[in-house]
Amino acid sequence: MPKFLIWTAALAALIALPHGLSFSQQEILVFLTINVLLVASYRLLTLTGEWSLGHVVIMGVGAYSSALLTKKLGVYVPVSMLLGGVIAALIAVLLSFPLFRMKGFYFLIGSFAAGEIIRLLWKRFRDPFGGAKGIKGIDPMPDFSAGFYQFDFFEPASYYYFAGAVVAVCLWILWRIEKSPVGLTFHAVHWQDKLAQASGVNVRAYRTLAFAIASGFAGISGALLAHYVGTINPNAFDIDLMVYVLTWAIVGGTATFYGPILGCVVLTVINEIVLRELGLEQMRPLIYGAIMILSILFLPNGLESIVQKFTQRRAAGGAPERRPAE
Amino acid sequence: MLDLLAQTGLNAVYAASYISLVAVGLVLIFGVMGVINFAHGELFMAGAYAVVALYADLNVPFFAAVAIGLLFVGCLGLLMEKALFRPLKTNPLGGLVASIGFLMILQALAVMGFGVRMEHIPPVTQEVIAFTDKVRLPVARLYVIVAAVVLLSALWYFLKRTRFGWALRASAQDPEAAALQGISIVQTAKIAMFIGAGLAGIAGALTAPLVSVNPHMGHSVIVTAFIVIIVGGVGSLEGAIVASIAYALVHTFVTTFYDGVLADIVGLSLMLVVLIVKPTGLFGSADRA
Repeated sequence: MPKFLIWTAALAALIALPHGLSFSQQEILVFLTINVLLVASYRLLTLTGEWSLGHVVIMGVGAYSSALLTKKLGVYVPVSMLLGGVIAALIAVLLSFPLFRMKGFYFLIGSFAAGEIIRLLWKRFRDPFGGAKGIKGIDPMPDFSAGFYQFDFFEPASYYYFAGAVVAVCLWILWRIEKSPVGLTFHAVHWQDKLAQASGVNVRAYRTLAFAIASGFAGISGALLAHYVGTINPNAFDIDLMVYVLTWAIVGGTATFYGPILGCVVLTVINEIVLRELGLEQMRPLIYGAIMILSILFLPNGLESIVQKFTQRRAAGGAPERRPAE
Repeated sequence: MLDLLAQTGLNAVYAASYISLVAVGLVLIFGVMGVINFAHGELFMAGAYAVVALYADLNVPFFAAVAIGLLFVGCLGLLMEKALFRPLKTNPLGGLVASIGFLMILQALAVMGFGVRMEHIPPVTQEVIAFTDKVRLPVARLYVIVAAVVLLSALWYFLKRTRFGWALRASAQDPEAAALQGISIVQTAKIAMFIGAGLAGIAGALTAPLVSVNPHMGHSVIVTAFIVIIVGGVGSLEGAIVASIAYALVHTFVTTFYDGVLADIVGLSLMLVVLIVKPTGLFGSADRA
């Protein structure tokens, strides 16, 4: 079973990975793992054809919720992470009422505005959000021993295994959702919304569902971040990170499940490892920007199109020749 | 109290002037190119740095520096049109991402050329028009107001009364039909990019002595411009101007009487309310979305 072997080898490589890296690279690896979940959840939202600029703030909702739950109410950390995701999903449902009156460019900017309002509320209200300085001293994941391995969650390698497991489960759920009838309906809502509506699909409800699910997983990624870093503030969830998420998704390509993840991994490795190693600190954004422009100009269908060229296999269910929608 | 109201009103007029210059440029680019120029705030920044380099460092006369800044940023617009937006015409999200890449390049160049510290430029003029003891309008701010009124009136005349303007509006409305009428789409795109970028550049150049110039100053400018063009209705120049004035009034008054963060929240909330009530903005129409 070659497929089984490939998966086992990939798993072994992922487990061995942190031991070949320096401490700071291990930290980058943790952030990368969290960002993979963020960008994969973003893709679920884009399935229905809407591009949000508020996704990172929703991630922050999960981070703030989980941090406050543990700090104020003493909730057990893994439980608070889940609750962070739930709260992020609920906030998304609330936001969907004003936002889904808009489409396309208006939705893009409307979601940005809604996100900015939430972010500025964190900034303005010191109680309970800590104002511009944010929340410090967030409880870490409690240490535990698995017998053969002692998990110390201040160690990036340990947290990488924990986050990796959580993200893997979340990705599997996202994958299952996308391949389910619900996921196919998301595609229908994007490409044939009039037809979908005519055949009895409640387009608005499906958009809201996609928005809520995507936000829930973004919230979990935020909670993973908060309990690793131990401190969060409004600026951690600003438009800069959102721009990165957007470019990861578009540069990677959004026709397949793995496209945005590929974009996230490749661009992060280039930016954080290759360019940092070259020691061109001030030049880094310049080169990164140039890479973005070149990849958009010469790979309009994203990095995933390279993979498809070599494997000659089209992901089932994905719409062929998908062009980013307005 | 009356003095404070009058002074705040004057401040609002000044804010409305530079916001509308930036926002109208952004609308023009969106209208003709169909792309959201995320780098528009950085074009504003480039205009400001042109004044830093020419006026503050090389002692070029201020207005000459502003004029060169305008041309320089206009040419940046032409560069963007040729290198980014023309090849990505069929890919609006690609154009968006490309403009984000361009933004990063401009920011990095500003950091490399001038450092990350804030630049304070020697004042151009210390003159102040004093209406009363407490109601005062610095002449440097008056320049911005005059520039906005003159340039936007000229643009309005150009768009509504000249053949070039007709061509520009035609290719914004229906590029294919315009091309069939013998209008060069590439030509109109170039003109729109030059004017749109130039307006952002002159706004940055004229406000440079009044603010602290730094590589990240484009950020708040683009956010404000987005709010304004959404409230006004994407693609509507009149809407952008009306919304600039309304936004500047609200923002300036809330900042004066409460604080800046609350003013941002109020501004964004107003925009959401407008979008909820009329999802295409005040002056927008559905088919331009």
